[in-house]
Amino acid sequence: MVVKSVELPLRAQEDVVVVRQNARSLAVEIGLTIVDQTKIVTAASELARNTVIHGGGGKAILEILKDGPRQGLRLVFEDTGPGISDLERAMQDGYTTGTGLGLGLGGSKRLCSEFTIESKVGVGTRVTITRWKG
Amino acid sequence: MERIPILKMGSFLLVTIQVDMHDQLALALQDDLTSRVVSDRATGVLIDISALDIVDSFIGRMLGNIAGMARILDAETIVVGMRPSVAITLVELGLSLPGIRTALNVDRGMELLRSARNGETGDDGRQIG
Repeated sequence: MVVKSVELPLRAQEDVVVVRQNARSLAVEIGLTIVDQTKIVTAASELARNTVIHGGGGKAILEILKDGPRQGLRLVFEDTGPGISDLERAMQDGYTTGTGLGLGLGGSKRLCSEFTIESKVGVGTRVTITRWKG
Repeated sequence: MERIPILKMGSFLLVTIQVDMHDQLALALQDDLTSRVVSDRATGVLIDISALDIVDSFIGRMLGNIAGMARILDAETIVVGMRPSVAITLVELGLSLPGIRTALNVDRGMELLRSARNGETGDDGRQIG
């Protein structure tokens, strides 16, 4: 169940900073540990940058989830960019189509509890990550 | 344009990153520091990241670039003050900051820079990567 939801635009580099700060305050709100806060905010930074640079802009939806007694933070990154034709390859460390290190997707996956990526060439990409408390 | 201030202390340059940097600001710091190494004839660069609550792959790459460029210009770079949670996250992200020397705090970082200048290796110097 979604108990709180914040939608933020991702058009420019400065928006990545705003998404990071909002993700941080929600992570604090549900009481994630400092290490878990740092992990999810770092993943948010990588994915938000992907949305701006590779996806040509889009939005982030930040949600607090409640599943019985446990709480979690779910972050969705959506763009209507070119899409990713080879998802398996895109997830590999070191593979990049840009000038980056190619750690964003694979690295972000390692930093959260749940990770899903959907992408359609010519339609766009949506990455969803969740970090549960505990 | 917004800039991160660079302080000069003797032959060393000191930077304390206090703000949540967007990518352009990080790139500007990289350029500014590299220029200042030459214009100030600096032999060492100390970057304090104790105020940073995250280091993502972009910032990690910037730190590596600064260290690499400074080295070519005959200056040593030391990154100090990394938070434990940042170190844990960086390693899980897959970023081990190769080629970047680190120290626990500014004092130890300055010691390392001085001893590097004297051709010695500091006892608490740690090379990551």
